[in-house]
Amino acid sequence: MNALMLFLAVIGRLMLDTLGAIGRVSQFTARAVSHIVRPPFYPREFANALMNIGWLSLPVVGLTAVFTGGALALQIYAGGARFNAEAVVPQIVAIGIVRELGPVLVGLMIAARVTSSIAAEIATMKVTEQIDALVTLSTNPMKYLVAPRVLAAFITVPMLVAVGDVIGIAGGYLVGVQNLGFNAAAYLQNTVDFLEPIDIISSLVKGAAFGVIASVMGCYYGMSSGRGAQGVGRATKGSVEAAAVLLLAANFLLTGIFFSV
Amino acid sequence: MIRMENVHKAFGSNQVLRGMDLNIPRGSSMVIIGGSGTGKSVALKCILGLIQHDEGKIFVDGKETGTGDRDAFLARFGMLFQGGALFDSLPVWQNVAFRLLRGSLMRPLEEAREIAIDKLRRVGLRANVADLLPAELSGGMQKRVGLARAIAAEPEIIFFDEPTTGLDPIMAGVINDLIREIVTEMGATAMTITHDMSSVRAIADNVAMLHDGVIQWTGPVGDMDQSGDPYLDQFIHGRAEGPIEAVR
Repeated sequence: MNALMLFLAVIGRLMLDTLGAIGRVSQFTARAVSHIVRPPFYPREFANALMNIGWLSLPVVGLTAVFTGGALALQIYAGGARFNAEAVVPQIVAIGIVRELGPVLVGLMIAARVTSSIAAEIATMKVTEQIDALVTLSTNPMKYLVAPRVLAAFITVPMLVAVGDVIGIAGGYLVGVQNLGFNAAAYLQNTVDFLEPIDIISSLVKGAAFGVIASVMGCYYGMSSGRGAQGVGRATKGSVEAAAVLLLAANFLLTGIFFSV
Repeated sequence: MIRMENVHKAFGSNQVLRGMDLNIPRGSSMVIIGGSGTGKSVALKCILGLIQHDEGKIFVDGKETGTGDRDAFLARFGMLFQGGALFDSLPVWQNVAFRLLRGSLMRPLEEAREIAIDKLRRVGLRANVADLLPAELSGGMQKRVGLARAIAAEPEIIFFDEPTTGLDPIMAGVINDLIREIVTEMGATAMTITHDMSSVRAIADNVAMLHDGVIQWTGPVGDMDQSGDPYLDQFIHGRAEGPIEAVR
């Protein structure tokens, strides 16, 4: 009986902790959004965030996409050969990249690159009293640090996903034409014909959702960081873990919404 | 000008402030002394609203803190943080002119830069420091930049949190003299937290000794050596024996 009660207590505590965490993150996100739409605005901070999150992420997004597109083309060709379906490489690469791999891989790269850097930067600012200094200088840290980053990620990550989709398809095209003997014009024509507007819309919507998740997690963990180097380390690690898991869960949910039959 | 009445603050089971009372008259320089972990910084942060006190009241100019326009309230304060708390990503002049580049005190860029350079000169730094990043400065220079930032908007009240910690004795003396000069020159009300006795003697008009979450002794700095208070005596003479436990 005691063992059962102990087990139930552990489950109950876990549930309460999880619900508490969901509540705190939701509240934080609502505050961040409210600060995005209410003045004062900090255009210089926003421009810096656009540059850091969007422009500087292009190389890693491009490289990830091109290699993934190429590998996907090889896999589909090899797998398709088992039932004489090698010809579907352009279509499956296009749908695979645009619907799933493009947004997910870009999202995960953003979680690795941007979420970690936001969390480490804000946590260091907290540990070194820079957040307190902002407050004493009549500047709301949510407005100055969080809102510009969340808005910039919301805008730039869909763009990065679009770029990743194009480069991923280009990777498949290069492998298809150079290694697998596809006709270049036919490959492109098949890709364009097969993609539907909903594929592209779902890709961009996922990008926007992943941008918000990645930036909010970075900011949330940074702002709630503990003391010292260990606190900064924990915040950084926690932010990337949470962003990656939430991002994949959101991907599942959005795929269900867009493509449930 | 600043009055704390029966202020309590606990972090979990750790009761830091246990009914702190303090009065700082306008234009005076109050120095709070006390051992590490006695709640000096907590008291200061409670006044600014960076930490919410659990019980008691804090008044600035007779008005209770936490009521009214927070921006207007904070605009009256300048603060020098223990570690400087300079913004790494901004050059020195933008750190100093931070308040003048945004919000209600916003000035044109050139004017803000001129004011920043003027304040840097006031704390003994050359204009060529203005475009450096904080990481390129020594600890003493960072403190001076922090001081320049604290006085940039000419606040009525200035807080100094451990202004000489981590500095060599000569640089500590320079910072102490600067603080004294600036506070006198601006006619500002100052509250300094320190356990450096040379700072106390250089900066203070009045001294308050915080121990066990309450003010054990307060009075003019001139009365400090003849206070007869065993806590204060032990602290200012740095003795291991006395009512304050050496191991806390």
